[in-house]
Amino acid sequence: MADPMRIRAQMAGDKATVRVLMNHEMETGLRKDAAGKPIPAWYIQDVSAALNGKPVLSAQWGPSVSKNPFLQFSVRSAKAGDKVAVTWKDNRGETRTDEATVS
Amino acid sequence: MLNRRDLLTHAAKVAGMLAAAGLLPQVAYAAFNAPAFEAKTMAELMKVLGGSTPTESKDVTITAPDIAENGAVVPVSVATALPGVKRLLVLVEKNPSLMAAMFEVSDAVDANFTTRVKMGQSSNVYAVAMLADGRVLFALKEVKVTLGGCGG
Repeated sequence: MADPMRIRAQMAGDKATVRVLMNHEMETGLRKDAAGKPIPAWYIQDVSAALNGKPVLSAQWGPSVSKNPFLQFSVRSAKAGDKVAVTWKDNRGETRTDEATVS
Repeated sequence: MLNRRDLLTHAAKVAGMLAAAGLLPQVAYAAFNAPAFEAKTMAELMKVLGGSTPTESKDVTITAPDIAENGAVVPVSVATALPGVKRLLVLVEKNPSLMAAMFEVSDAVDANFTTRVKMGQSSNVYAVAMLADGRVLFALKEVKVTLGGCGG
């Protein structure tokens, strides 16, 4: 299982600013290892977010997103105490969901 | 008897095994828009995504550093205040695959995203907004990279 994400959701006015730090290698598939063999691509393809279980955002990423990706977005009509869940799925089919409470 | 197709399939299988941790073929993820991530030019990309010819617009903003010391981690923000945005894309012109990220914007989120991308070399970075009325607007910013992020 992949390492947990770090999620922080804070109210800013009537919106919640959500910052997510995911733990992922994000290999492009273009690099070679010391022996000159290509390192297979391994990166997050799908990212989605839900507020209290209701989907609010979905995104697709390519290999050019940085290692240990950072994502920031704002959720409208959120309030303190709401649950923000973020899910990613990589090209190996591995997936992880983490949740944070809006403060 | 093996024909060419079989040979290729076998070759692919072997390659798959060699690729250590069992790489699954892209096809397995129908939802993932692989062709869009393989596009090399804006025109190609718009063909895949079904957008019109992009026009530059002040209503779309991109925030990125002028000079990125480390191309492996370049912070990029894309935003627009326009109503009816369907998608926001982050493109890096000179990367092996043009598109870095595609955000599907719903009513519940602001069309304003920040993330970090890798850049192989100095290049233009685009924020592209695809609107519900079919318009495609973009903003660009040149980012100079002193150390590439795709080396190895």
